[in-house]
Amino acid sequence: MSNDIRIKKGLDIKLKGAADKTVEQAIISNYCTIRPEDFHGIIPKLIAKEGTTVQAGDTLFHDKSNEKLIFVSPVSGKVVEVIRGPKRRIDAIKIEADKTQSYKDFGKIAVETAQPEEVKAHLLASGCWPFVKQRPYDVVANPERSPKAIFISGYASAPLAADLDFTLQGKEAELQAAVTALGKLTEGKVHVSVGQTANSPLSGLKGITLHKVSGPHPSGNVGTQINKIDPVNKGEVVWTIGAQDLVIIGELLLTGKFNAERIVALVGSSVQKPRYFKTLIGSEVSTMIYDKGIDKAGHDRIISGNVLSGKEIKADGSLGYYCNVISVIPEGDDYEFFGWNKPIFNKVSTSRAFTFSWLNPKKVYDLNTNTNGEHRAFVTTGTYEEVFPLDIYPLQILKACLYKDLDEMEALGMYEVAPEDFALTEFVCVSKQPHQKIIREGLDLMLKEIG
Amino acid sequence: MGLKENLHNFKVKNKGKKWLPAFSAIHTFLFLPNEVTHNGTHIKAADDLKRTMNTVIMAMVPCLIFGMFNAGYQHHLAFDGIQAVSGGFFSAEFWTLDNFLVGFWKILPLVIVSYGVGLGIEFIFAIIKGHEVEEGYLVTGMLVPLIVPIDIPLWMLAVAVVFGVVIGKEVFGGTGMNILNPALTIRAFLFFAYPTWMSGDKVWVEGAVARDRAIAAGENLDAVSGETILGSLAQGKEVAHSVADMFFGFIPGSIGETSTLLIILGGLFLIFAKIGSWRIMLSSVLGALAVGLIFNQVVDAGVITETSKFYGLMSTPFWHHLLIGGFAFGTVFMATDPVTAAQTNKGKWYYGFFVGFISILIRVFNPAYPEGVMLAILLMNVFAPTIDHYVVQGNVKKRKKRLKVKTA
Repeated sequence: MSNDIRIKKGLDIKLKGAADKTVEQAIISNYCTIRPEDFHGIIPKLIAKEGTTVQAGDTLFHDKSNEKLIFVSPVSGKVVEVIRGPKRRIDAIKIEADKTQSYKDFGKIAVETAQPEEVKAHLLASGCWPFVKQRPYDVVANPERSPKAIFISGYASAPLAADLDFTLQGKEAELQAAVTALGKLTEGKVHVSVGQTANSPLSGLKGITLHKVSGPHPSGNVGTQINKIDPVNKGEVVWTIGAQDLVIIGELLLTGKFNAERIVALVGSSVQKPRYFKTLIGSEVSTMIYDKGIDKAGHDRIISGNVLSGKEIKADGSLGYYCNVISVIPEGDDYEFFGWNKPIFNKVSTSRAFTFSWLNPKKVYDLNTNTNGEHRAFVTTGTYEEVFPLDIYPLQILKACLYKDLDEMEALGMYEVAPEDFALTEFVCVSKQPHQKIIREGLDLMLKEIG
Repeated sequence: MGLKENLHNFKVKNKGKKWLPAFSAIHTFLFLPNEVTHNGTHIKAADDLKRTMNTVIMAMVPCLIFGMFNAGYQHHLAFDGIQAVSGGFFSAEFWTLDNFLVGFWKILPLVIVSYGVGLGIEFIFAIIKGHEVEEGYLVTGMLVPLIVPIDIPLWMLAVAVVFGVVIGKEVFGGTGMNILNPALTIRAFLFFAYPTWMSGDKVWVEGAVARDRAIAAGENLDAVSGETILGSLAQGKEVAHSVADMFFGFIPGSIGETSTLLIILGGLFLIFAKIGSWRIMLSSVLGALAVGLIFNQVVDAGVITETSKFYGLMSTPFWHHLLIGGFAFGTVFMATDPVTAAQTNKGKWYYGFFVGFISILIRVFNPAYPEGVMLAILLMNVFAPTIDHYVVQGNVKKRKKRLKVKTA
């Protein structure tokens, strides 16, 4: 069965530096770094102390409030450094990788006949659970609760996103195993969305409800799809899993190995030859960005993730846990003479206030990190609605988050949203307000007060 | 080193100084700042608040320039008996340098006082409260000279601006937080504090008040009057201007409000630029037409006769209401202020409709002062949050219903 989801409101930001469809094996990274902050809301309790030797799949730490929720090492090697921040908070765990990798054997599982409890225990024990995220709150799923449905987006509409049709090629067996296993954990459906014209390996899967998505970004965001298919109500939970993470889950189920390999797109206007790399979670980005990539002397912003919701990292940083794209764009810390009133042709805008991106919707832009203006109070209205397809009032919910009215946040639909749903409203915001941060803080507040 | 580097170094050197926002305001006026994104989106769209405000100002510039010509034209028409316009919008009698200069020298001080006083207060508040100077006053400062009579004394304008900016805006927390449109707050203050300077048949023509005083002092001169069309209608007098004059704007009135044609062009530009809300503009026009039609029907039905003091305005053909007084200007440039208007798209329809409806209602029934658009917008400013509340509750109810269906 296939259902169509047509999104009208939104904005496709076309940027220079889309990846060529070629995959290279990245240089093996000497170090692998895991940052607990990638798992929002998790407070790590360290298991693998400095000096411990680990195999790929061995536990590094678990959640302080739930011992079952473990986080494993993507590589085999030795924990060389635990980097701590203020109040001894663990910022990062650095593992020196072995030359030849060894994997912990978790044992195969007969996916078709396995019991739900068995699947859950297996995913938890192998460290695959953190790939499963939940709404409300956009955090790692609570294993104690069963979701009303599971959502997987196989369509990436964000600017310069990795093409999932391409990166998932040939992974049908793993995807099927993962989807079958996860399907046992919900009484509801497993909703999988693919692009309208896509030739996705996901569309042939069994045991799923397929949706075909069309329209501008954020049509590919799982939050948009949830809102159109089966919105989250108070008291309900849905799970979301990144399509590429399904491959890792599937491989674990089929082979018993935690293989943190994934295909990552290196994109952006600062990259000489944007293309795909095969690498491991937590790898140093320096193994990928320099070869026919960026200029070492250049002044660029390296982002683990896409340009709208990714995280800024330094050149010696590493790939985030959930990321399948590294974007590199020029920094924009320069002044522009009369930049606020002269006609603008080389930047994206949804208005036509002497901005001319409406003239040529196909044009590809080279945007930098300049904010194009200063932070102001909310003034304009109606601009967010144009790029926000969810049935939620964006300005009102943002304001509710700012004045911390829990009842109002709940009533306006806070259980349904994740920060990334507000990436486009943040992009177009005339007042340059940090929408995603406001939503994240609002969700954290609700999680703390309501749970 | 160029200007750019010098300014940058100055900014860095004086970081943390209390007066820095004042410098920043000028600095960011010259240069788009070097600020970069940190968390959240790494790229941002081209528009900022300065650009948005600037676009609105650009849309008003034709009205301002026309107002300068019209000030001179009305002056010469009343004092020197020059030929009235005859050749449509581009009549040579109107577009003369002489007309322009009369208006220019009269209106430029109004603009300077409006901006000088208003921005001065904004700077002071920015420094006291330690935030950047926000751009809200850029539009207000332009609106104010356009909605006052030409002969308004400058000190009155200055006092009103102080009142409007401090009480109308800053006490609520500045740009984005105010409940009432600041420009209209300024005008309302003038209207209630100095009514003789805001209505009547003298203040609309440059020099008419001075002439009146001279006559009172015993000089032997002819009195000069220039009544607005609303004034004539309210008193049941014959209107001295043709519909074309009203549309093109060759009539007495507040400085920028007379030319419906240029206001429409400005409005279309704002709609095209996606800065002004077409929903508010359209629904306001619909509201005005609706109430105008009702009154016309009432007159046709014979309920109101010529003896009634409301007859003049009620019998005015309904669509004339769009052309006279400040209705067009208010609808396009003032009702659409995003901060004080309704903020939801659906709410904008209701808000706009009531602005139009109440404008004409006040216009017809208020015996003292026939211009209703100012009061109508201020009234709807107050009700806009209520309208939004009910619109948003619709969404909330939908969500609750969804939950109920699920649990039932």
